[in-house]
Amino acid sequence: MNARTHMPEKYPSGAEVHSPAFIDGHSVAIPILKILKEDGSLYPSADLPELDQAKAEKVYRAFAFHRVLDERMIAAQRQGRISFYMTALGEEATTVGGAAALEPQDMIMAQYREQGCLIYRGFSLEDFMNQMFSNEKDLGKGRQMPIHYGSNELNYMTISSPLGTQIPQAAGYAYGQKLQGKDAVTLCMFGEGAASEGDFHAGLNMAAVHQAPVIFFCRNNGYAISTPSDEQYVGNGIASRGVGYGMKTIRIDGNDVLAVMKAMQLARSYALEHQAPVLIEAMSYRLGAHSTSDDPSGYRSKEEEAKWQAHDPIARFKTWLINQKWWDEARDKALYESLREEILAAVKVAEKIAKPPVEDLVTDVYDQVPKHLEKQLAELKEHINKYPEAYPFTAGRF
Amino acid sequence: MAQMNLLQAVNNALDIAMAEDDSTLCFGEDVGHFGGVFRATSGLQEKYGKARCFNTPLAEQGIVGFANGLAAQGSRPVAEIQFADYIFPAFDQIVNESAKFRYRSGNEFNVGRLTIRTPYGGGIAGGLYHSQSPEAYFAHTPGLKIVVPRNPYQAKGLLLASIRDDNPVIFFEPKRLYRASVGEVPEDDYQLPIGKAEVISQGSDITLLGWGAQMEVIEKAAELAANERISCELIDLRSILPWDVETVAQSVMKTGRLLISHEAPITGGFAGEVAATIQHECFLHLESPIARVCGVDTPYPLSLEKEHMADHLKIFEAIKRSVQY
Repeated sequence: MNARTHMPEKYPSGAEVHSPAFIDGHSVAIPILKILKEDGSLYPSADLPELDQAKAEKVYRAFAFHRVLDERMIAAQRQGRISFYMTALGEEATTVGGAAALEPQDMIMAQYREQGCLIYRGFSLEDFMNQMFSNEKDLGKGRQMPIHYGSNELNYMTISSPLGTQIPQAAGYAYGQKLQGKDAVTLCMFGEGAASEGDFHAGLNMAAVHQAPVIFFCRNNGYAISTPSDEQYVGNGIASRGVGYGMKTIRIDGNDVLAVMKAMQLARSYALEHQAPVLIEAMSYRLGAHSTSDDPSGYRSKEEEAKWQAHDPIARFKTWLINQKWWDEARDKALYESLREEILAAVKVAEKIAKPPVEDLVTDVYDQVPKHLEKQLAELKEHINKYPEAYPFTAGRF
Repeated sequence: MAQMNLLQAVNNALDIAMAEDDSTLCFGEDVGHFGGVFRATSGLQEKYGKARCFNTPLAEQGIVGFANGLAAQGSRPVAEIQFADYIFPAFDQIVNESAKFRYRSGNEFNVGRLTIRTPYGGGIAGGLYHSQSPEAYFAHTPGLKIVVPRNPYQAKGLLLASIRDDNPVIFFEPKRLYRASVGEVPEDDYQLPIGKAEVISQGSDITLLGWGAQMEVIEKAAELAANERISCELIDLRSILPWDVETVAQSVMKTGRLLISHEAPITGGFAGEVAATIQHECFLHLESPIARVCGVDTPYPLSLEKEHMADHLKIFEAIKRSVQY
């Protein structure tokens, strides 16, 4: 009796034609939301997000923190103090704006370039530093490369290096929130490169079919390491795929923080009210290198980068704030100066904090340390005791 | 007690787990109304609703990724991969995500509530893609637990323990025995320990070790050996990761000999790991080299299945060689 005797109800529909009419990705025209102009003025009749002076200032302070952190940590990497770093230069509006439109109970599941979300949520300077210096105060216990942050308290899922794996996980996370009737959604961030991974397709489909309150946020920043987006996909960007998965979809100017916030605020209320997913494609540009191990001069021109400097989301927002009389140059200068000092001082503190104890090697593999790992740890300690000079940080700490 | 086959025992365990905890979910391909291709989830959607027992799109990486997210959120997902042969699209989500979630975050987050159920193994004329035993791939990954039951009683007790265990567990179900293995199973709730092997019968000449459906084959070989007055001690490992070195080593110190048999190809199979460890633990007690009787190093064939399998006769011959060494 299980055999189907009729077609499923949701049979794809459309007009009947009697000569072939092919369509492609570009048959779906996708508008792009812009609220704030490059010169810091608003588009006439633009639909503003909910934003008061306090919140606007919080967003701007997060921007400034982000810029200075990136600048200082690149320098720290160049000086050999940390092994690796990734900036978000030029893309800060997507992450800071994204987090600013959420509530603290909403989970954020990001890729790796989204520290702007954490900054906005108040991850402390010390927490950033402890993670990057892999010291014993790192919440992640020094197990991952720099920039793999995570915080249970701030609902920011610990970053995983494999690309796109958070996408189906976010669908599941949001489905769990839905079943438990939580007043919360999940924000899932990734780049247009990650949207090529199987996890993207599996994840969006799972979320659409099971109606999970998740906001998929694609930072289309033009490059996946050295591969430009026109070698990453054809068709009308990533947004056209949201339509294919039957999902509410919107494309926005990712360098316009007001557009990011507006779209995110609407996406959050939609996801919550309808308990369904939304896809946002934010058009931006990765002004910096992919990481400190990358050199963009090998695959793009200075002219191209210079052209995008003019789209700087932070400069644009600052002008608007000043026009609003919510900010001024003197406060700006003071803010940047104090951030530079604070961050430099924090680097000096974090790099002196000890590495995690050797016991941390075997904890958290399972909920309890199993026998075979206890045995391996005991053997390791015995060995280290024999050659203490060869293991500087952990020797003598047990 | 009731007579149950292995599928009914699995179904009964899932029923108990879903009844006791609203956040327990069962999902996978065809798992909803249809009850899964083997019917392991029969009746659960009717009882617990479409939100908690449902079909998923055909996307194994999506199923496990979704399950990882649910587990991280605090739900208790029991995801079904229709055949263990199709677990490989989900390999990254299992090996890089499920297994490392707790470790990489310093225990800020974990997916300990995750269980993945999947039917494995040959002997069903399933050919290359419906017969594989992939436990060794996962045994190489710290952070996972791997459990394989051998009969309905074990299946129920070990599955309930897996679902309640605070670590991600892959539960391999011997599909050849789904309906073939019938036995007495308590209707009440009970658990069997994960990480503990079971000595099924005592013997003095040689220890025979296996897991899952292979235990039946090993028992048959032991009967043949008994006719030749060879006394075999039979051990079901039950958990591949972590595995019970102590029980196996104690037995080998008594018998002086060890034979390990599994369905998967011999090279890189889990028998190699057991042999290396037991050699280290029991070197001076060994009377003969540790024997492995496993699948041939080929993909699992269709017409030549019988030749490929580590059957009772191959094991019987290896027992004799070991004893006469």
